[in-house]
Amino acid sequence: MEAVDGSPIWQATAWTGSAPTVRGATEDSRWLQRLLIGLSVGFLTLMLFAPLAAVFVEAFKKGPGAYFASFRDPYAWSAIRLTLLTAAVAVPANLAFGLAASWAIAKFHFRGKALLITLIDLPFAVAPVVSGLIYVLVFGMNGWFGAWLARYDVQVIFAVPGVILATMFVTFPFIARELIPLMTEQGTEEEQAAISLGANGWQTFFRVTLPNVKWALLYGVILTSARAMGEFGAVSVVSGHLRGRTNTVPLHVETLYNEYNFVAAFAVASLLAMIALATLALKTAVEWRKERELAEAARGPC
Amino acid sequence: MFHYLGNPNRARVLPGFGITMGYTVLYLSVIVLLPLSALLLKSAGLGWERLWQTISHPRVLASFKLTFGAATIAATINALFGLIVAWTLTRYKFPGKRLMDAMIDLPFAMPTAVSGIALTAVYAPRGWIGQYLEPLGLKVAYTPLGITLALVFIGLPFVVRTLQPALADLDQEIEEAAASLGASRLQTFWRVIVPTILPALLTGFALALARAIGEYGSVIFISSNLPMKTEIASLLIISKLDQYDVAGATAIAAAMLAISFGMLLAINAVQHFVARRAEGGA
Amino acid sequence: MAIEVAHISKSFGAFKALDDVSLKVNDGELVALLGPSGSGKTTLLRIIAGLETPDRHPDAAIRFQNEDVSGRAVGERGVGFVFQHYALFRHMTVFENVAFGLRVRRRATRPSKEEIRDRVERLLALVQLSQFSRRYPSQLSGGQRQRVALARALAVEPQVLLLDEPFGALDAKVRQGLRAWLRRLHDEIHVTSVLVTHDQEEALEVADRVVIMNNAKIEQVGPPDEVFHQAKTEFVMEFLGQVNVFRGRVRLGKATLGELTVDYPPYKDDAERPATVYMRPHEFRIQRHRNGQPNFAAKVARIHSAGALARILLRTNAGEDVLVDLSLEEFGRLRLREGETVYLYPQNARVFVPQLASCAASGEYAI
Repeated sequence: MEAVDGSPIWQATAWTGSAPTVRGATEDSRWLQRLLIGLSVGFLTLMLFAPLAAVFVEAFKKGPGAYFASFRDPYAWSAIRLTLLTAAVAVPANLAFGLAASWAIAKFHFRGKALLITLIDLPFAVAPVVSGLIYVLVFGMNGWFGAWLARYDVQVIFAVPGVILATMFVTFPFIARELIPLMTEQGTEEEQAAISLGANGWQTFFRVTLPNVKWALLYGVILTSARAMGEFGAVSVVSGHLRGRTNTVPLHVETLYNEYNFVAAFAVASLLAMIALATLALKTAVEWRKERELAEAARGPC
Repeated sequence: MFHYLGNPNRARVLPGFGITMGYTVLYLSVIVLLPLSALLLKSAGLGWERLWQTISHPRVLASFKLTFGAATIAATINALFGLIVAWTLTRYKFPGKRLMDAMIDLPFAMPTAVSGIALTAVYAPRGWIGQYLEPLGLKVAYTPLGITLALVFIGLPFVVRTLQPALADLDQEIEEAAASLGASRLQTFWRVIVPTILPALLTGFALALARAIGEYGSVIFISSNLPMKTEIASLLIISKLDQYDVAGATAIAAAMLAISFGMLLAINAVQHFVARRAEGGA
Repeated sequence: MAIEVAHISKSFGAFKALDDVSLKVNDGELVALLGPSGSGKTTLLRIIAGLETPDRHPDAAIRFQNEDVSGRAVGERGVGFVFQHYALFRHMTVFENVAFGLRVRRRATRPSKEEIRDRVERLLALVQLSQFSRRYPSQLSGGQRQRVALARALAVEPQVLLLDEPFGALDAKVRQGLRAWLRRLHDEIHVTSVLVTHDQEEALEVADRVVIMNNAKIEQVGPPDEVFHQAKTEFVMEFLGQVNVFRGRVRLGKATLGELTVDYPPYKDDAERPATVYMRPHEFRIQRHRNGQPNFAAKVARIHSAGALARILLRTNAGEDVLVDLSLEEFGRLRLREGETVYLYPQNARVFVPQLASCAASGEYAI
């Protein structure tokens, strides 16, 4: 509305600044800009880009043949299968939890809400190794349920269930954390309108609530999947590193690396790096979309 | 435990509170609260003497010193460079900015084991960058310096992502006011901008610190993992477990949690004070 | 200190905020820049301050007391700038806010601690905030914050005080009080001041001269009663106060609208042209009968007499609405009833013929 008096215009001047006689009051000098941009780019090159590039360069060090040969290893395939299984259990479980928790927290008032949100964030604050350890304490041989489980010949620790449980723990908060702030911000008016028009609870949820949060939900699911497939510390504690049985992809990377089979280790790692890059691409796409929607909303109809 | 507050109609109009809340609490209890309480009860069951005996062992103390020391240094480096990166990303326009912005989250999305071997490949004595540092007498990989480097890597997104919105929200008029009163750009930065963004900077620092203290995957590859020298606390927990010393592992984990909890509490207190100042009393 | 801006233009991308604007402000004067949002007034103020750089133009200049300051940064121009949203430093107390401009000075020119304290205390007394010096901005009301912002700007002893919508964010009552206070303050300290506002009442009440801006250009400059009573352009006519607008035609020195004809000497041509005729609501007389003077018939549609004036809405035979303000005395004498037909005698009318330049004063018609 305020085309001249509003602040958006300031930004336009500050960034286009076509060699003005006087520098804007809030603009940094050219050399400072260059220095800081240089520092940032240098720092990120050393810290982010070089390691990322290293993964792919090391993986292809002995040519594409050696790269693809790494995937012919049956242990690699069993690791991939276990990792996919883990994600296939952990992601839907945390998705169901995230939806339930965000519905209860964002759409209703109740005492203890802040405490509940803090508790949901808890796994985020626990060190990965400790996250694995606590499952050992519950399900391990000398754990709370260890003897009882042994009687029925059920093994959790050093077995697939332990890997899955530890993964569920470390990826627990992500979907809920994406959804709760967004759904709280959106309020309950639309849902109330749907109910008043005769929709039932499921219809309201699937036709009104879900479309409003679909991008955040998608990002939460992707992030959870990426973290579930990439978890190392917690899984390392409960898996026992049994090749072909409890080795996930990241653990398989470690095994290969410790055997000095670097090309194979980096080849398998490149698979995980690509998942990470896809996650970032999706996150960026979601953010751009949001920006565009905001810009369109600001422009108004017509 | 949970009661409706405020407008009771609001709670009644929308269905599903009982079932979603029930499921939330149940799932939270099984996956998070039960296992965490096992840690608390087990470590409490060890008794003070046994706990102290484990923790006061020189090897454990050395690992704590390394873990918390390297984490603090890494979080400090992140606070500094994170501020520069966040400032550059919010204030300047330059080619590749979007890509740079998107890549900030890489350490968060990348599996830690992959980060670990990648950093080692770059900073090992014969690595891409390591080969140039070695002649300078700078040994990065397999030393505490390498551990710190890995912790800087994984903590970076936290500082940048907490600072970006704070910098974007800075009121333009405030800086113009300082300039119109004759303050130089540097004076404006130190006296006006820094006090305003300090709470966010501290939050980012605390998040990076917390993440660094618990980090395992990216560190063990770049570290030589020598007891007393380059062995972090997380690794010590794992080696105790490998020796079936669950009690010892539990004691170390409990102490680690207690120390990081204490540190975060202290940062929180400082941050509360700073935020109150930044908001102007009240 | 006198201010002079000459041939200043400013574009933001495709948007032209200022289009070759020139203006002089005399030493010690309080001038208001008045106009709708987007008219360029804030941009002009920010350019005077040095917060914005004008587009390059060979004749463009910003002079303070005949000295070109366009090469100087904002901090070197000796201006005090009061921001629309106060822009107080929220982590500093009121005292620290006011002292800021003195404390950031280079050691050589920085006053001693005691001097700073004295000066800040004197300023806080001037803006009547002495007892709040240890408070933080968040603990003050909007009006108090605005006064702190003013004291802070005055602390550096500016040659020029620039105020950007200083009362825009305050509610009507506080605004009224602060406005009168600002005028008294100006009379006390006499610093050359430029104030930006979109509130005409504020501009007309406070300023020595009013600059009316529209569409990146200055429409008219003059003392408040001159711009109000002798509008030079249609925009000024419509922007200031309430006005009845009629579409009519001009030909052979006469303007005609419906049954009403008024003299309009500037246009002597035989060819008929469309014209716009403006009449202010208080410039009518109402009678029940026709006499020889120009008049037109209208039906009383609505009467609103709960105020200092009686406000009558009438409708002409052509279906146009006319608003007339009568004193309560006159209204009581007439005893108008809704629905009756009366005759309106305009006392003053202003005619503007499009594409006929400077039709202003010459369009006056009086009975």
